[in-house]
Amino acid sequence: MRPSATGEMTVDVSLRERARRGLDLDSGLTCRVLEAFIRDEIEKFGIQRAVVALSGGIDSAVSCALAARAFGPKRVLAVLMPYRTSNPASRGDAETLVDQLGIPSTVIEISAAVDGLLGELDEEPNPLRRGNIMARARMIALYDQSEAFGGLVVGTSNKTELLLGYGTQFGDMASAVNPIGDLYKTQVRAVATALDVPAAIRDKAPSADLWVGQSDEDELGFDYATADQVLYLLIDEMYAPADLIDGGFDADLVHDLQRRVVRSQFKRRLPLIAKLSNRTIDRDFRYPRDWGR
Amino acid sequence: MHDFQLALAQVRPALGDLEHNLALHLDYIERAATDGADVVVFPEQSLTGYFLSDLVPDVALPRDDPRLDPLREASRRIDVIFGFVEETSDHRFLPAAGYLHKGEFVHVHHKVYLVTYGLFDEARDLAGGGSVRAFDTPIGRQAMLICEDLWHPTTASIAAADGADVIYGLSSSPGRGVAGGTHELGSAETWRAMNRLYATLHVCYVVHCNRVGFEDGVNFWGGSEVVGPDGEVLARAPDFEEALVFATLADASLRRQRTRLPLRRDENVTLNGLEFARIAAQRHWRDDG
Repeated sequence: MRPSATGEMTVDVSLRERARRGLDLDSGLTCRVLEAFIRDEIEKFGIQRAVVALSGGIDSAVSCALAARAFGPKRVLAVLMPYRTSNPASRGDAETLVDQLGIPSTVIEISAAVDGLLGELDEEPNPLRRGNIMARARMIALYDQSEAFGGLVVGTSNKTELLLGYGTQFGDMASAVNPIGDLYKTQVRAVATALDVPAAIRDKAPSADLWVGQSDEDELGFDYATADQVLYLLIDEMYAPADLIDGGFDADLVHDLQRRVVRSQFKRRLPLIAKLSNRTIDRDFRYPRDWGR
Repeated sequence: MHDFQLALAQVRPALGDLEHNLALHLDYIERAATDGADVVVFPEQSLTGYFLSDLVPDVALPRDDPRLDPLREASRRIDVIFGFVEETSDHRFLPAAGYLHKGEFVHVHHKVYLVTYGLFDEARDLAGGGSVRAFDTPIGRQAMLICEDLWHPTTASIAAADGADVIYGLSSSPGRGVAGGTHELGSAETWRAMNRLYATLHVCYVVHCNRVGFEDGVNFWGGSEVVGPDGEVLARAPDFEEALVFATLADASLRRQRTRLPLRRDENVTLNGLEFARIAAQRHWRDDG
């Protein structure tokens, strides 16, 4: 925090410790709340089934396992949606989880749909555009399965990626209910352990798997463990960026994360409506989503 | 105080559905009365649900509204404490706790401290009350507070100083805080500490009735409890699940504990009143409010 007597900068242990403690959670209690959340918030719409896009990654594994606990395995459909460049190991990991949970699953290849759309474009899109197209193609297939299976879409976006805007709006961010949106990535890992998610899924490097060899942490330029500490202190504990920098966190990282949170705010809100009347939807016409339920 | 049997109705109301919630109340009242309870207590806004926003004017009722007649009728068998939103004759909407006895309101408490921070936005839609009073019933002298009221320790102090042997806290407390190692929600931990503290220091019974269920993703954790004047938890409902839980509240416990720990006897109400009046006056003249 401040130069010590010998003049060297020391890290504010208490701030890091505060983040570490704050991110440490009671997995059993958390799972209990989240299972009940899925059951309650879906059942009140007269539905007792769920569909989950299962990628083979840890986030969708946790959402899927929680949904299976909430409704029982037969009422949860895992939807696997590989693209031709997807890592085959991802599908293998997803199938391992499907077998372990004993839930029905379906595989919908998105290659033809995505390539068909890409073929209509005049130019070769960059990886970001390709990734967005894939994420939105999956959303279309997933919401179709939602209707076919008669279950609501359970989301798979964690708090870290929601805050960073590291997701595709109307793509992988789309869901009816999201049990893990208030869990940082490192907390998702703890919950995954409590849910007996296979080690192969828990231990591999996080990846959106939108192109060969993609790694979240390489692409973002920081590791989730540190990012989660910074975000936790900024968001949950309401420290100022300067407090964190004083506390020994890397200034560039703190500013980068803060910028990402601000810049992606639009992704976390509904589209803006131009106000004209005295009672505009979501501005002054404010009813709970669970209206009458 | 006369000894009595209390029932905690830890219910899961539907948001903005009076008809459904009224039926829910009648069911729990029937069960509580059948099992011999003298009083049944429901949570905050048990008749309406909690996160109402623009639904407030749709579910608010004047206390003489005929839709409350079934509850009045039911209170001929058993005293009923329930939460609703009261509409005044000048069309303000106030979070309210009503005490029904033999078909009549003995007392209505309006939530004094509206909560408008964090996830709460009550002051947008609701008006706050302006008094904390204990009131007499055939059982004894009691007081009701609502949720955020209890986060201001002065409300419990006023209720106790006004002679309440039982302080009821009706709440819709959102569960939050899942820190490792505690095995209970942060909000539950705080409430349980408050309930024990108030019961112990005011040497009275504290009855906390919290709801369960979810509204727009927010969970209400339940864990309703009755704490005796020595701080002992006499009954506790499970977390997260609907429940009807019973406890016996005995005058002998009040007598014994007040003999051992005569805090209430020694409370200097005059000092409190004069000092608070002085502080209020000084703040008013210094800060203009």
